[in-house]
Amino acid sequence: MDALLLARWQFAITTIYHFFFVPLSIGLALIVAIMETIYVRTGNPLYKTMTKFWGKLLVINFAIGVATGIVQEFQFGMNWSDYSRFVGDIFGAPLAIEALMAFFLESTFLGLWLFGWEKLTKRQHLASIWLLAIGSALSSFWILAANSFMHQPVGYVINNGRAEMESFTALLTNGHLWVQWPHTMFASIATAAFFVLGISAYHLRRPLGAEAKEIFLRSFQIGTFAAVIGSLGVAMAGHAQSQYLIEVQPMKMAAAEALWESEDPAALSLFTVASEAEQRDLFAIKIPGMLSFLAYNRFEGEVRGIKELQAEAEALYGPGDYTPSVFLNYWAFRGMVGAGTVMLGLAAMALYMLAREKVVQSPRLLLLLIPALLLPYLANATGWIFTEIGRQPWIVYGVLRTEDAVSPTVSAGMVLTTLIGFTLIYLVLMGATAYLMFKYATRVPGESATVHAG
Amino acid sequence: MDLNTLWFILITVLFVGFFILEGFDYGVGILLPFLGKNDTERRIIINTIGPVWDGNEVWVLTAGGAIFAAFPHWYATLFSGFYMALFLLLVALIVRAVAFEYRSKDENPRWRTVWDWAIFFGSAVPALLWGVAIANMIHGVKIDAEMNYVGTFFDLLNPYALLGGLASFSLFTLHGAIYLNLKTTNTMTERALRTTLRIGPVATVISVAFIVSTYFATDAFEHLGVDPGFVPMGSLLSLFGAAYFVNTKRLGWGFVMTCLNLGLSVITIFMLLFPRVLVSSLNPEWSLTIYNASSSPKTLTIMSFVALIFLPIVLGYQAWSYWVFRHRVSAESELTY
Repeated sequence: MDALLLARWQFAITTIYHFFFVPLSIGLALIVAIMETIYVRTGNPLYKTMTKFWGKLLVINFAIGVATGIVQEFQFGMNWSDYSRFVGDIFGAPLAIEALMAFFLESTFLGLWLFGWEKLTKRQHLASIWLLAIGSALSSFWILAANSFMHQPVGYVINNGRAEMESFTALLTNGHLWVQWPHTMFASIATAAFFVLGISAYHLRRPLGAEAKEIFLRSFQIGTFAAVIGSLGVAMAGHAQSQYLIEVQPMKMAAAEALWESEDPAALSLFTVASEAEQRDLFAIKIPGMLSFLAYNRFEGEVRGIKELQAEAEALYGPGDYTPSVFLNYWAFRGMVGAGTVMLGLAAMALYMLAREKVVQSPRLLLLLIPALLLPYLANATGWIFTEIGRQPWIVYGVLRTEDAVSPTVSAGMVLTTLIGFTLIYLVLMGATAYLMFKYATRVPGESATVHAG
Repeated sequence: MDLNTLWFILITVLFVGFFILEGFDYGVGILLPFLGKNDTERRIIINTIGPVWDGNEVWVLTAGGAIFAAFPHWYATLFSGFYMALFLLLVALIVRAVAFEYRSKDENPRWRTVWDWAIFFGSAVPALLWGVAIANMIHGVKIDAEMNYVGTFFDLLNPYALLGGLASFSLFTLHGAIYLNLKTTNTMTERALRTTLRIGPVATVISVAFIVSTYFATDAFEHLGVDPGFVPMGSLLSLFGAAYFVNTKRLGWGFVMTCLNLGLSVITIFMLLFPRVLVSSLNPEWSLTIYNASSSPKTLTIMSFVALIFLPIVLGYQAWSYWVFRHRVSAESELTY
C-alpha cells in the first residue's frame, strides 16, 4: 500500500471519529446553556438538576471531542506537509485564529463551569456555559472557513508555487462557507436535540419519581423545539448548499446523483445500481424533472453529467481522472438525506405528541425516538464522506491534487504505524466513552448527588 | 522590527506560556501515582489542576496553529520530520485529556488506576519529548535543500537531545512538586515538600549538564558569546533561587523562581535559534529561517492584528480563572474529579 492511500485513510478515520463527537458538543452546549438560563431566570431547582444531568453528558462528550481535535490540527503537517507548505498562508490563519479565539475560550470556561458551581455567582456561572457554547460555535466557523477554501479557493494568488493570501475578506465571505456553516450548525442542533429526545424518551417509558418525570418531560419539550429547528434548518441549509454546489462543484453533485449524461430536464434518482467502470446504470428508479426542480426550483434546466464534466476537466487540467467515486458519493449522499428526512418526520411526531400532551401516554412513539438518537450520527458521518470524497482528486479544488499534497519524506510504513496506533486508541476510547455515556444517560437525575471525597 | 521577527517573538511568548503553565500540569501528572496514596489523595492532586489544565494545554495548540499560519514551512518540516515523536506526543495528549474527565466517573478502583496511569504517561511522555524536540531544534537535524527532514526517528534520539528531554522532564516535575506545595494542605503539603527537596538537586544537576553540553553541541558560543547576557544567566540563577527558597520554606517564591526558570529557558532557546527556526545539520544554508519559512506579509499582518487583540483578552480571562481557583484543595473541598 502506498503512503498516499494510507494518509487518506488516516485522515478519513481521524476526521470522522472527531466529528462523531463535535456536533453533539456544539449543540448540547447550547441546549445546556438554555437550561441553565431558565434556572437562573426562574430559580427553579428542577432546571439546575436538569442542567447538571445533561451537563455531565456534555462533559464526557466534550473531553473526547477536544482530545481527538488535537490530532486534526497536527496531521496536516505530519501527513500532508506539501499541502501545508502550499496553503499555509491561507489555511493556517483560520486554524491559528480558531485556537486563539475559540480553544482558549472553550477550555478556560469549561474549567470554570465544571469547577465553579460553588465558587462563581449564578450569573458568572451562566456566562461560563454561554461562553463555552459560543466558543464551540466559533471554532466550527473558523475550521469551516479553512475547509471551505479547499472546496472553493478564493482570495489567493499563486506566488513561487505557493498559494498566498490576497484577501482575508474573501476568505471570510466565501460563499461555500456561508452555506456550509449554517448547515453544520443546524446539524449540531439536530444532533443534540435527538440525543436529548432519545434519552428523555428512554426515561419517560420507565416508572419515574415526580421530579425526574418532570425533568424529562421538560427536557423532551426543549429537545422537541430543538429537533424541529435543527432538522428543518439542516434540510433548508442543505438544500441551499446543494443548489450552490451545482454551480461551484458540479462534479460532486453529478456523482451524488450518479448522473452520467447531462440532462434537461434532469431526473432524480431514488435508487440506482450502476456500473462505475462502464459509466452506466444497471437498474434505476427515477423521478423525471425532479433533479432540475431541486437544482433550480423549476422543472427544467440542465444539470450537467459526469461524462461532460470529465471531458471539460480534461480540457482544462490535462488528461486524468477527475471523477470521484460515484458509488461512495451516491450512497453517502443518500445516507445523509435519508437520515435527515426521517429526522424531520420524527421531529414533527414529537411536536405532535407534545401539542396533544400525549408524551407519556405514547410508549411506542417514545420507543421510536430511542434508536433515532443514532440518525444524526449517520447523517453527520455520511455528510462529511460525501463532502470530502466528492472533492477528489483535488485537495484544493481545481488548484492542488491530493496526490501532490502528501508528505514526501514520510514512508508508507510510518503512516501505517500511526494509522494502526490511532485506530486502536480510538477504539478503546470509543468503548470508554460509550460505557460512560450509557451509564450516565440511564441514571435517574437527583439519585446520586455530587460525590464528596472521604 | 519586521513582522517576521514579531511572529518569532509571539511564538516564543506562546511557548513561554505553555512551559510555565502546562509545565506544572505535567509535573503534577507525573507525581500523581507516587504522591497520591489513596483515591481521595489522588483526587485532591488532580483537582489542583482540574479547572485549568485544559486552558493551559491550549497554549501549545495555539503555538502549533501560529507556526502553521506564520511559518508554514516550519510547521510542515517539523511535523512531517519529527513524525513518530509527534505521534507519541499526540497519543499522550489524547489519552491524558480523556483520562482527566473520565477517571472519577466510575467507582471501580481498577478503572481509576488505569486512568491514573494514563495521566502519568500522558504527562511524562510530553514532558520528555518537548525537551528532546527543542534540543534537536537548536542542535540541528538533517534538513535537505528542499526543506525536508531526511533523518530517521532514531537520529532524533541522540545523547544531547535525550539530555534535553531529561532536563525538561525533571524541571517540569520540580515545577509541579512546588505547585502542589502551594495547592494542598497538611500531609499532602509535607509530602510534596519532601519530594521537592529530593527532585530539586537532580533537576539542577541535569539542567547544568544540559547547559554545558549546549555549548559543545550547538553554536551557542557564536550566537551568545562567552557572556551570554541577562536572559540565559537569569534562567540559571532562578534555578538556584528556587533551591534557596525551597530550603527556606518560602514555596511561593520558589514557584516564582521555577516559573522564571522555565520562561527564561524558553527565551534562551529561541535566542539561540534566531533568526533560524530549524537548524540544518547538513548545510547551514538549508536551515529554515523566519524569512524563508514564512507566510506572505499579508497573512502576517492580519495575524498580527488578531494576535495583538486576542492574546491580552485570553491572558485576562485565564488570569481571572486562576484567581477564582486560587484556594488550596483539601479533602473537605468539593472534589469534582
